Amino acid sequence: MHILLYLIPVALGLGLLGLAAFLWSLKSGQYDDLDGAAHRVLFDEDRK
Amino acid sequence: MSEQWVGGDCCTPLVDTDTGRRAAVDAPALPEGDLGAYVRDAGNGLKAVNFLVDGITCGACIQTIERALGEVKGVDRARVNLSTSRLAVEFDPARTDPARIVGRVAQAGYRAVPFDPASFLADRAEEEKALLKALAVAGFAAANVMLLSVSIWSGHFSDMGPATRDLMHWLSALIAVPAIIYAGRPFFRSALSALASWRTNMDVPISLGVLLATLMSLSETMRGAEHAYFDSAISLLFFLLIGRYLDLRARGRARAAAENLIKLNAAAVTLLADDGTTRIVPPDRVQPGDRVLVAPGERAPVDGRVLSGRSDMDMSLISGETTPEAVASGAKVYAGALNLSGPLTLAVEAVGEGTLLAEIARLMEAAEQRRARYVAIADRVSRAYAPVVHLLALAAFLGWTILGGLPWQDGLMIAVAVLIITCPCALGLAVPVVQVVASGRLLRQGVLIKSGTALERLADIDWVVFDKTGTLTEGRPELLPDDGRPMAALKLAASLALASRHPLARALARAAGPVALAREARELPGQGMVLATPAGEIRLGSRAFTGVAEEAGADDPELWLAEPGTAPVRFAFRDHLRSDAASVVKAFARAGIGVEILSGDRPAAVDRAAREIGLADHWLAGQTPDRKVARLEELAAQGRKVLMVGDGLNDAPALAAAHVSISPTTAADISQNAADLVFQGRDLGPVLEAWKTARRAERLVRQNFGLSFLYNLLTIPIALAGLVTPLIAAVAMSSSSLIVIGNALRLSIGAERRTR
Repeated sequence: MHILLYLIPVALGLGLLGLAAFLWSLKSGQYDDLDGAAHRVLFDEDRK
Repeated sequence: MSEQWVGGDCCTPLVDTDTGRRAAVDAPALPEGDLGAYVRDAGNGLKAVNFLVDGITCGACIQTIERALGEVKGVDRARVNLSTSRLAVEFDPARTDPARIVGRVAQAGYRAVPFDPASFLADRAEEEKALLKALAVAGFAAANVMLLSVSIWSGHFSDMGPATRDLMHWLSALIAVPAIIYAGRPFFRSALSALASWRTNMDVPISLGVLLATLMSLSETMRGAEHAYFDSAISLLFFLLIGRYLDLRARGRARAAAENLIKLNAAAVTLLADDGTTRIVPPDRVQPGDRVLVAPGERAPVDGRVLSGRSDMDMSLISGETTPEAVASGAKVYAGALNLSGPLTLAVEAVGEGTLLAEIARLMEAAEQRRARYVAIADRVSRAYAPVVHLLALAAFLGWTILGGLPWQDGLMIAVAVLIITCPCALGLAVPVVQVVASGRLLRQGVLIKSGTALERLADIDWVVFDKTGTLTEGRPELLPDDGRPMAALKLAASLALASRHPLARALARAAGPVALAREARELPGQGMVLATPAGEIRLGSRAFTGVAEEAGADDPELWLAEPGTAPVRFAFRDHLRSDAASVVKAFARAGIGVEILSGDRPAAVDRAAREIGLADHWLAGQTPDRKVARLEELAAQGRKVLMVGDGLNDAPALAAAHVSISPTTAADISQNAADLVFQGRDLGPVLEAWKTARRAERLVRQNFGLSFLYNLLTIPIALAGLVTPLIAAVAMSSSSLIVIGNALRLSIGAERRTR
């Protein structure tokens, strides 16, 4: 059962990573315009 | 601008400018310097300004606007938010200014109005974000605790030692306790405020259950016991937070859309100073005695008397009367009237409290107070249900410890299990999920829901009251066909009419099709059009203006064309019914719902409209705002639940007084404020659709409650018997939630995509 001592922290770490990524994306405004994002992917942007 | 839409050709616009009810594209852009209040520092020497943009409806609009602004020198960054119809621009103040940005956006076919994001819905956005964060934390914790719990459950059937189990329990506690403290705050706060005012709501048993479960599990963990309920506590929070978030989001989106519309039409006043210069100020800074300019195409911002100028005013938003009124020096003008033909200078007579607008606001307030305090179905259910939960849990605790002789810890554990089982997330999800699905469905069909209980109230109506002008009708006149009228006369009249903004003239030009504009035609504001020809003057206008004898009994608005040497030709107009008005009214009648018309217009006009849609006897004409309210109260006193459909300023108090109310987006701002729902488009169909959806939603909500009670019926005996293990609690909770969500999703089946 020693493997648990590695696996549990690994599992928790990955979970925390996901949580941090979500909170970051929330903070950086990625959920502000869900409808717009769906359309923007279709634009041929020639801007910088 | 005969058939012009805001927003180019790419998509259906939010506002139809052709009705002339909103002066949009060709309204004077906000002047320079006036936008200073909206500009913020963005760092690096740049400034930032936010706009609400009218007419953004699809992806192509994003590109059009961003490209257009990309070409403006000095604009560093322009970003359109499609969900909220907003535009954020960062620019170099040395090289450009906000007025130029507004101008460029206007050229692209959209109307931009600056706004201050700090003062606008900021609270709700914050609340939504906080809830989303709590949801994320609860989700993370629930997933990980569940992972550990599954190991513990399987440990019961294999050879997991007590030490490993304790380790798992401790780890669960380590994750769950901070997460519960963080993610449970919305519930704890609501429960505390309910208890502080000696009430109880659903959040009280939720908070109690979650907190007791956590504390008991903690003490169980300390003494190395077999069961801990961390997973139940945290997943309960997770599911309930989903319900909370959906609830907030569904209401917030529709309300934001409605507030956008209102904000877009907020007026600015052009003040005329003594030295002849003009200044733009917000309406609340105008004093009685000030002089105010009202250009053609603008709405009068204040109540006042005409000092100079002649024009026609469209009063339809105020009185429901479709035919414009000619005004000249000395005439009284009310705020909200649309100036059609000539520039006017007004002397401000009343501001704030003294205006017609304030009078209507007072009537509305009184009507709203009289409207019985409606209690949402979820609150009614939980008001009856919460005490039952508390009593059951208490009975379980007392029963097991006193009668059953269990140690108090075990008794409390059973009581906690009862608390958790009896307030399953299904109850918290039953209403919000249906609301979200229903409002999403209606949003796609152009109906915005502004009030949280609007759908519930809409579902139990048994009477519909329609306003006529602008609600049953399109609110714009159309030329009536006349076989005896020579085509050449129509063409000639149209060539004169093209130069005018008067709604009758525009209807004439529309009906005649493409004709060349008579360039020498002059408009005499308040009278008509004149074209000088070698043979004499050709006139287009009222009877008096064209020299036709007055004749009683003509109730349609009309124009006359007088040519030298020929008999005058009459053009009669009529405000046509919306194309589906009759079928909508019939559909309501078929469903056993009473329909009537309550209009401020003249009896003859109302009678004819009523006949056309088959409501020959069910109409009242010439109604003032307070008589409309009185009629609604009379209906309410008869026990009717009334849906009021109206758009005018004169309907606003009635909209507030009705059981539930709906307005078109062409309505006066104050009416849209008063209405519970707002619908877009030229058809009346969305009203019927909203009612049908509300009824289906109501049915689904009841089914959902039924399902969750059925669940309780099965699980409460198990909990009372003390047989609920963490595994059973987890299975019961998630499966009941999933069933409720699945049931609610049935509402979105069969919803066709229409406007927007």
